[in-house]
Amino acid sequence: MSAVRIEVDKERCVGAGMCALTAPDVFTQDDDGFSEVLPGRAEAAAEHPMVKEAVRACPVSAVSLTGT
Amino acid sequence: MRIIEYCEAIRSMTESTTETARQDPHPIASDPASVSFPQDRGCPYHPPTAYAPLRAAGPLGRVTFFDGRSVWVVTGHALARDLLADPRLSSNRQRPGFPFPTERLAKVRARRVALLGVDDPEHNAQRRLLIPSFSLKRIAALRPRIQETVDRLLDAMERQGPPAELVSAFALPVPSMVICALLGVPYADHEFFEECSRRLLRGPGADDVERARVELDAYLGALIDRKRRDPGDGLLDELIHRDGPDGPPDREELIAFAVILLVAGHETTANMISLGTYTLLRHPGQLAALRAGDTTTAVAVEELLRFLSIADGLLRVAKEDVEVAGSTIRAGEGVVFSTSLINRDGDAFAAPETLDWDRSARHHLAFGFGVHQCLGQNLARAELEIALRTLVERFPGLRLAAPVEEIPHKPGDTIQGMLELPVAW
Repeated sequence: MSAVRIEVDKERCVGAGMCALTAPDVFTQDDDGFSEVLPGRAEAAAEHPMVKEAVRACPVSAVSLTGT
Repeated sequence: MRIIEYCEAIRSMTESTTETARQDPHPIASDPASVSFPQDRGCPYHPPTAYAPLRAAGPLGRVTFFDGRSVWVVTGHALARDLLADPRLSSNRQRPGFPFPTERLAKVRARRVALLGVDDPEHNAQRRLLIPSFSLKRIAALRPRIQETVDRLLDAMERQGPPAELVSAFALPVPSMVICALLGVPYADHEFFEECSRRLLRGPGADDVERARVELDAYLGALIDRKRRDPGDGLLDELIHRDGPDGPPDREELIAFAVILLVAGHETTANMISLGTYTLLRHPGQLAALRAGDTTTAVAVEELLRFLSIADGLLRVAKEDVEVAGSTIRAGEGVVFSTSLINRDGDAFAAPETLDWDRSARHHLAFGFGVHQCLGQNLARAELEIALRTLVERFPGLRLAAPVEEIPHKPGDTIQGMLELPVAW
């Protein structure tokens, strides 16, 4: 079983910023306003209590947990 | 602020209805059991009491529009999330069957509207051009300017002394000045475009809407031409040179973006400030808690967005049959999302009728959901936080300066808010 990873699909992202508002120590936005996982947090933060909330908050299902 | 046509809110603004519909809020329904939609709110911060049967029967029901047409209404939170994210429901108002809740909107349907009136992939290409201008970092960088604007307006209000009419003195100028600064539109022209914006949203006739659009298009077209020759540092200047997948936007697209951003940037935030202030003054316990710092302004703003749901009636038409909640929404049938009912769904929010700073309200759908979720939502949050926090801090004795029943609010067929808000301190 591979480790759980947080992924952001930038092609789907519509720049609402909900993930970064919900879990600001896990997600951020790049200079163009598209969301991404903060460096080094994709696996380390997968158990973070707010990540599931961020997945749910995304209006276009661009945030996901993989490897589960 | 909403900026944005993007915003579903804008859809309500630009599509919403007029004073004419207000005079006849109860057209004859084809099904006598059906509830007419939209209806005026009795209390400006509660959904119309006549919607109660819809909530009881939810999450999906039927309502009747002004012309007797029956459309689906979504009142449940979980179902609204699913359907607002479902690409089988179209935002394209030119599509046959698109539901127009007012006669005025039905008449102006031929006009294409950027962002909120188009579907993917066209919508996505338009939105991606604008996303960089509304990032959290960009909005954070605007905060000092928003604070400065708020301070200046409140200084003037204080100098003048009580009473004041808060909509014209504060609630409207804040977003108007901010969106002008953001777009690079001269605020000196604000009376002109505020008037255009008002006619776009409220008519009263379809002719008024069309004329306002022609005037606003001409004004913004001239502004864009001037900016090409003499670039400034606003969002419109950036857009002129922004390279999308199909190259930079052409003049027509630039005008369409400017209209939607300018109009959306005005009405939604202005209404949240006026109605938010009214609501706080009518909930002294919650206002005291906010003043005392028992809750953060950000939390209070989120709960106010849920509680007030000012853009109440997001519109879609089914492109194909959609099986849902034990029913089939047929291709070509209209769907309206009542955000005021969705955001008071007891399955999503405990004690939903209560304005409660202690709840987590962030999953409200006041900004819509899916690909059209409001592009300007974080600008709106910043403006609301700064405006409401500064207002209640600087005026500890703020109170309504007229009996509640004499303070007018907007009719049900447009963005909800106060028409006037007399205050003293």
